[in-house]
Amino acid sequence: MSTIGTTTRKLPPVAELAVLTIALTVDGGVYMASHLPRHFSLAFPITDVVVCAALVATNVVLLAGIRPFAWRTFFLVGKWALVGYAVISGMLVYVFARDHTPAGPMTVLALMLIIWAVDIPVLLAFTVARYAEP
Amino acid sequence: MVDVADAVPGAPPGLGPPVVPEFQIVPLRGLPIVAAAVIALIVAIAGNWLWALDFFHVVGGGMWTAIDLFVGFIVGPILGRLSVQARIEFSTRFMPKMLLLMPTLVTWTLAAGWQLAGKLGNLNAGYGRHGWLVASYIVVGVMAVIAIGVLEPANLAVLFELKKPRPNPEIIGRLMKRFIYTAGLTGAMQVATLVIMTRLAT
Repeated sequence: MSTIGTTTRKLPPVAELAVLTIALTVDGGVYMASHLPRHFSLAFPITDVVVCAALVATNVVLLAGIRPFAWRTFFLVGKWALVGYAVISGMLVYVFARDHTPAGPMTVLALMLIIWAVDIPVLLAFTVARYAEP
Repeated sequence: MVDVADAVPGAPPGLGPPVVPEFQIVPLRGLPIVAAAVIALIVAIAGNWLWALDFFHVVGGGMWTAIDLFVGFIVGPILGRLSVQARIEFSTRFMPKMLLLMPTLVTWTLAAGWQLAGKLGNLNAGYGRHGWLVASYIVVGVMAVIAIGVLEPANLAVLFELKKPRPNPEIIGRLMKRFIYTAGLTGAMQVATLVIMTRLAT
């Protein structure tokens, strides 16, 4: 594939779905942070987590179908971004645990942070790899 | 050093293709400093020390806000008017540093801020300015989506493009434009953060 091809090639909306996932996790996080430390209904955050998980799964399927693709570049960026965002997510889980966040909200928050820590590396890796030679 | 493809828009004619200096995408020498900064934050949270939490939140937040405003409104417009060669030389020195600096400052600000608010009782719904606090979550949330979803991937992709034997000027131009616009947008949103934070502190 030529360099020109990397700029004109039509790819599935992996980046768009990843940004939507970030927006939804942030949305759920803001909702929960604004209600803590009170007790509140988890219906909205749980729905949020389910939708986000479905979006991440959709992205994995879309990614797997791209042929050809610069997988080496994708995994190089994804691996290190995953390490970085695992540290950031771990920090946030630590802060919430340190504050004795109740088990229900804590579980939802941890799930959101896991989605966040997977989704962002996928976005970064995809954005770099889409312009790389397969 | 590598040459950028000959057809660089805006390149001075007859001077040949711009050259890209050697650079590291992630400056490895900066990693121990980042590690030390994160460890110091963990110690402050574990100890729940008021001064240390205040320090990390105020210093981190102040630097985050100032850098966003400075890059968005001062550096961005200047960068847009520079020659391609100057833009490349600036970017290869500036962007790798931003890749380490900004996530560290954001982590400092948010983690210490949350812990500080909890310690001071500001998280309680009964707190008189809880609405302002929620407004700050929303502003930070929108900035996080823009920064992580648009700005950071563009930054990284430019650096990877510049590492290629023959970087594509079309890709660099498009991604740099995205970087400059989103930096300006987050800079504008930081004004809202300043209003909220000074309101909370008054």
